[in-house]
Amino acid sequence: MLWSAVPPPGPIEDSGGFPWLTLVTFAPLAGAAIAAVFPSRLLKLHRVWALVVTLATFGLSLGMLAVYHGEGGFQLVERAVWVKALNFNYILGVDGISLFMVLLTTFLMPAAVLVSWRIEQQAKYYMVAFLILESAMIGSFVALDLLLFFLFFEALLFPMYLIIGGWGSERRVYAAVKFFLFTMAGSAFLLVSILFLYFRAGSDLGHTTFDFTQLQHLVLPVDTARWLFLGFFVAFAVKVPLFPLHTWLPDAHTEAPTAGSLILAAVLLKIGAYGLIRFNLGLFPEASQFFRTFVMVLAAIGIIYGAAVALIQTDVKRLVAYSSVSHLGFVVLGTFAFTLQGMSGGVLQMVNHGLSTGALFLLVGMLYDRTHTRDLGRMGGLGGTMPALAGVFLFVALSSVGLPGLNGFVGEFLVLLGTFIVSKPFAVAAVVAVVLAAIYLLWAYQRMMHGPVLNEEHRLLPDLSGREYAILVPIMAAILLVGVFPQPLLDRIEPAARQTTRCVIQTNQAAQPGQGVQLSSVCSEPPEGGVPIGDVARRP
Amino acid sequence: MKLAPLIPALPLAGAAVLLLTGKRRRGSAAGWLASLLVAVSFGVAMVVFIDLVSEPAAGRLTHVKSFDWVAVGTFKVAAQFRVDPLSIVMALTVTGVGALIHVYSIDYMHDDPRYTRFFGYMNLFIFFMLVLVLADNFLLLYLGWEGVGLCSYLLIGFWFERKTAADAAKKAFITTRIGDSAFLIGILFIWLKFHSLDFDAVFKGAQGLPGGTATIISLLLFAGAVGKSAQLPLHVWLPDAMEGPTPVSALIHAATMVTAGVYLVVRSHPIFEASGTALTIVAIVGIVTAIYAGFSAIGQDDIKRMLAYSTISQLGFMFFGAGMQAYAAAIFLLVAHAFFKALLFLGAGSVMHGLPNDETDLMKMGGLRRAMPITAYTWMIGWLAMAGIPPLSGFFAKDQVVAAASQAGRAGLWYAALFGAFLTALYETRATFLAFFGEPRYEGHPHDPPPRMRIVLVALAAGAAVAGVLGLSATTGLIPKFLTPVVGRTEEARAGQSELVLSIVSVAVAVAGIALAWFVYLSRRIDWQALRVRFGGAKRTLQRGFYVNDFYSGAVVGPAKLGSAFVAYVIDKRIVDGAANGIGRLFATTAGVGRRIQTGFVRNYALAFLLGAVGILLYLAVRF
Amino acid sequence: MRTPISYFLLVSALLFTIGTVGVLVRRNALVIFMSVELQLNAVNLSLVAFARQQGNLTGQVLAFFSMVVAAAEVVVGLAIIVSLYRKARSADVDDARLLRG
Repeated sequence: MLWSAVPPPGPIEDSGGFPWLTLVTFAPLAGAAIAAVFPSRLLKLHRVWALVVTLATFGLSLGMLAVYHGEGGFQLVERAVWVKALNFNYILGVDGISLFMVLLTTFLMPAAVLVSWRIEQQAKYYMVAFLILESAMIGSFVALDLLLFFLFFEALLFPMYLIIGGWGSERRVYAAVKFFLFTMAGSAFLLVSILFLYFRAGSDLGHTTFDFTQLQHLVLPVDTARWLFLGFFVAFAVKVPLFPLHTWLPDAHTEAPTAGSLILAAVLLKIGAYGLIRFNLGLFPEASQFFRTFVMVLAAIGIIYGAAVALIQTDVKRLVAYSSVSHLGFVVLGTFAFTLQGMSGGVLQMVNHGLSTGALFLLVGMLYDRTHTRDLGRMGGLGGTMPALAGVFLFVALSSVGLPGLNGFVGEFLVLLGTFIVSKPFAVAAVVAVVLAAIYLLWAYQRMMHGPVLNEEHRLLPDLSGREYAILVPIMAAILLVGVFPQPLLDRIEPAARQTTRCVIQTNQAAQPGQGVQLSSVCSEPPEGGVPIGDVARRP
Repeated sequence: MKLAPLIPALPLAGAAVLLLTGKRRRGSAAGWLASLLVAVSFGVAMVVFIDLVSEPAAGRLTHVKSFDWVAVGTFKVAAQFRVDPLSIVMALTVTGVGALIHVYSIDYMHDDPRYTRFFGYMNLFIFFMLVLVLADNFLLLYLGWEGVGLCSYLLIGFWFERKTAADAAKKAFITTRIGDSAFLIGILFIWLKFHSLDFDAVFKGAQGLPGGTATIISLLLFAGAVGKSAQLPLHVWLPDAMEGPTPVSALIHAATMVTAGVYLVVRSHPIFEASGTALTIVAIVGIVTAIYAGFSAIGQDDIKRMLAYSTISQLGFMFFGAGMQAYAAAIFLLVAHAFFKALLFLGAGSVMHGLPNDETDLMKMGGLRRAMPITAYTWMIGWLAMAGIPPLSGFFAKDQVVAAASQAGRAGLWYAALFGAFLTALYETRATFLAFFGEPRYEGHPHDPPPRMRIVLVALAAGAAVAGVLGLSATTGLIPKFLTPVVGRTEEARAGQSELVLSIVSVAVAVAGIALAWFVYLSRRIDWQALRVRFGGAKRTLQRGFYVNDFYSGAVVGPAKLGSAFVAYVIDKRIVDGAANGIGRLFATTAGVGRRIQTGFVRNYALAFLLGAVGILLYLAVRF
Repeated sequence: MRTPISYFLLVSALLFTIGTVGVLVRRNALVIFMSVELQLNAVNLSLVAFARQQGNLTGQVLAFFSMVVAAAEVVVGLAIIVSLYRKARSADVDDARLLRG
C-alpha cells in the first residue's frame, strides 16, 4: 500500500537551450584557468577571485534550482556528441538526488575559500586546486554518461591529493597517498565494469555507448550483473566509506587542511553514496536486491563501529571523521532499505551530513587556528572565553546528534522509518548509534568547552571573527531551515527516490519482507524485446 | 483556539531575542522580558482555556495546524497543535508555574555574568515544553521531548566551569537519551502499525491492536518516560542534576519536564490499555521507584538532593496512579506537585540565598524558622501539602492516587502505596525539622530573600494550599470532570474501602510519618546525631541511593570504555587498517625484489635486449 | 659471375657481431655509440645485398631511410653524450645509472 499511485517513469527533459549544467560545472574551471594567469604573489587577488568564482557558481546553481521543477526524471539534460566514431557523448542532467548534491557543493565552496583565507603558502595553487576540484565534483553529480562520470570522478582525485599532501598537517603525505591509493584501487574495478558495459552495449544494443539511460535497457545474465555490481560497489564503497574500507578516511580528514576536510566530508563522501544510488541501483536492480542484506549489514556495522571508535578518540578531528563513518552508514542503510522513506531520508541525510559534519570540521579548524592543538586533553573551559564559538559548536553538534528541529533529525528519522518497515533489527542497531552519537559528541564538547580553563593562554583567545561568522551563519541557517521546513527538499527528492526505489523493487518483489508491494507499472520503458538489466535474463 | 500556536511562539521569540543578542545586558531587562513573555503566554493559554470550557464537554478538542513538517509518500506529519482538556491543563501548569519561577529568577540570578543567556535558555525550555504538551502527534511531541532535554542539559551545565555541573549535564542528556531512543523505536512501531502518528488516528486504532504488539509499543513509550521522569532504573541523572541553578531545578527537574513522562503515559493510555500488562508494569515501576526514592531521600543531607529524590518518589506515585488507570488523579497530582515542589525548591533556593556560599547542607542549617520566617512558613505549607495533610492540595491528590489501588481491588499495591506515602511524610518532615527547627547550626546572618522572591514564594504557597479544590473528589472533582473527554470517566470504586476510610487511613499514615520524624529529630529523646554515626553504613547506603549509580559507573561505563578502546586500537588500528597497510607492504616488498633487476647499467639492459632477441629468434626457428 | 649473396651476409653478420660485442663490453659512451652505428651499417649492407639479389630498389630505399634515421640519431645521441659529459665529467655509461631501481 506504500507504493500505490505510482506515476509513470519520469520523462527526460532537455534544458530548453540554456546550458545551466554546463555553466555550473565549468564555471569554476574557467575561473581556475583565469586565476592561473595571475602572478602568484598577488595573494589577496587570488583569494578574492576564488571567492567571487565560487559565489558566482553558487548563484548559477540557484538559477538551476529555480528552473528545476518538482517532477521526477532527469531535467535540464544537455547532449552533445564528443567523439563520434567511438560513441562518446557529453550528457549532463539532474534529478532530485543530484540537484541537492550540486547545491550542497556550490553552497559550501565559498565557505571552503573563506576558511582558507589565511593560507599564505602557494595560495594561488591552493585556490586553483579548489576550483578545479569544484568542477570535478559538480561534474560527477551531473554526468549521465559513464565515461564522462568516470573522468570527473578521477579528476577529483588529483586536486584533493595535492590539497591534502601540500597543505595538510604533519603526516599529510602518508594520508594523501593512502587516500589516493584506496580510491584508485576502487576506481580500477569501476573502469573495468564501465568498459564491460560499453562493449556489451555494442553487442546487445547494436552500438557501443556509455549513455546511462541507454545502458539501463541492457539485458544481462544475472551472474554478470552481480559481478558488475560488485565492480561499481567497491569503487563507491571506498568513497562512502563503508566498513571495512574506511581506514583512509580518518587519516585523510585529520591531516587535510580545514577546507580540505570540509570538502572531503561534505561532498566527496557523497559522491560514493550518490554513485551507489545512481549507478548500482539504477543499473543493477536485481543485483542490488541480491546484495541488499550484505550491504545493509556493512552499513549497520559501519554505523555502530564508527560511533564506537569515535567514543575513544582524543583527537577531535579524528573523532568527527569517525562520526562520518557512522553517519554515512545511515545513508547507505536507508538507501538499501529500498523504501521510499529510507531512500528519501538517505538522500536528505547526505545533505545534512554535508552541512553538519562540514560545519564541525570548520569549527574544529577554527579552534585549531586558535589553540594549535586538536587534542581534547589540552583544551578545556573554552566555553567561557569563546561563548559564540562554543554556542555554534553545540548547535552544530546537536544537529549532528539528530536533535529534532534541526536538519539531522529529519533525515535520520526517515532513514530509521524506512529501515524499520523492512527490518527491525537494522533499525534498532541504528538507534543505538544515535545514543552513542550523543555520548561522543557531548563528551568531546564538554572536554573542549566545559570545566575550568586548562591552559592559561587560552583565556585570551578571541571569539569568532566577522569572517568566521560569514562562514558559519549561512550553514547554521541552512541547518535550522532544513530541520523545520524540510518539505521543499523532500518534495524534490521524493520523485527521484520513488523512481530509483521502484526500479529496484519491482525486479524482485519476493525479497520485500512484510511489504506487500503490488506494482503494476514498469520501472522504465523497455526497448523492444528487452527488459531492464538483470530482470528476466536468467539463463536456463 | 486559533491562538494556540501563540502559546509556544511567545517564549520562542523571547529565547531567540535573548540568545541572539548575547551578552549585552541592561540591568534586569532580560529577566523581565522573559518573565513577561511567559506570563503573556499564560494569559493566552487562559484565553484558550476559557474558550475551550465554553464548548460542550464532548466538543472540547481542536486541532490547529501550522504547516506540514515532514511528508514522504504516505508518511505525513504536520506541525499541528492539539487543544483539549489535558493539553490545556498541562499548558496552564507549565506557563503558570513557569512565569512565577521566571520572576523569582530575576533576583536570584541577578549577579550572574550570563544572566541574559540564562533567561534565553529558560524561555527556550518553556517553548519546547509547550510544544511537548500541545503536540498533536508523536513526532512533534518527540521534538518537544528532546528539546526540553536539551534545555535541561544547557541549564544543568549552566555553570559549566564546575566539572561536576558539566558532568551532571552530560549525564542527564545521555541517560534520558537512552530512554528516548526506546521511545523513538516506539514511534517507528506506531507508524508501522497505524500508518499515522496523529494522536486521533493512533488512539482510535489502538483498540484493535493485538495485546502483544500493544505491550511492546507501550513499554517502548514507557521506557522514554522512565528516562525523562527519572524512574528506576534510569533515575541516576536527576539527583546530579541539582548542580544547576535552583530555579532550574524547580522548573525543569520538579514542576514540568520530569512530569512529561507521566503526561506521555496518560496521553497514550489507549495503547497502554490495549495491552493490559503494560499498565501493571507502569504501576509497579512507579511504586518501586517511589519507595526506593523515599528511602534514599531519608539519607540525604543536601537539601536539593533530598528534594530531587522526593521528586523521583512523587513521580513514582504519578506513574502508579496512571498504572492504576486513575489518570485524572495522576494529572491532578502532577499539577499539585508542580506547585508544592516548585515552592519547596524555591524555598531551598531562598535558604541558599540567605546562607553563605549557597549552603545546601542540612547539617549546617537548623532553626532557620526564626531567621527567615517567610521562607520557613511557605516551606511548611509545601511540606504539609507534600506529606498529605488536609486540606492542602497534596492530600487530595495523593489520596486519590493511593486510593485508586484499593478501589481497583489491588490490596497489595495499596499497602505499598501507603508505605510510600509514609516515607514521603517521613523524609519531608525530617528535612523540614533539620532545616527550620531545632538548634541553629548555621553560620552568617540568614535573612529572607528580597520582596519579589518572597511574593513568588507566597503565590506558590497559596497555590499549593488551595489547588486541592481542583480535585476534591476523584470522580466529580473539577480536574477529573474536565479531563473526562480525554481520559474517560474515572470509574466508581469497584472494591476496597469506602472513600472516607481511605482518606482517614491516608491521613493517619501521613501523621505517623511526621510523628516518627518528630520523635527522632525534634523530641530530644533521641540523639539523632549519634544515630548517624552509629548506623553510618546504612546511612551511606541510603545517601548513595543504594549504590545504583556506582554500579552503573563500574558495570556499564567502565566496560563500555574498554570495549570502545578495544575496537579503536585493536580492531580498527591493528586489524582493519593493519590489513590495508599490510597489502601496501606486500606490494612494496614484491617491488623491492623486482627493482634489483633495474641495475642502471645500460649494458645490462642491452644484454637483456640481445638475449631477448636471440630467444625470440630461437623460438621462431624451432617453431617453423 | 656475381658474388654470392652469402658473402655479403657473412660480412654483415661479422659487422653486426662486432657492433653487438662493442655495445656490450665497452663503457665509453662514444664507443658504444659507434658500435651501434656499426650494427646499423651491418643491417644496411644486408638490405642492399638483398635488394641486388631481388632486383628491385626497395631494399636500397630502406637503407637510405635507415641512414637518415641514423644521422638524426647521431645528432640527438651526441648531444646527450656531451651534456652527460658536462654534468658528470665522464663519458663512462656506468657512471650514469640514475634509472637504477
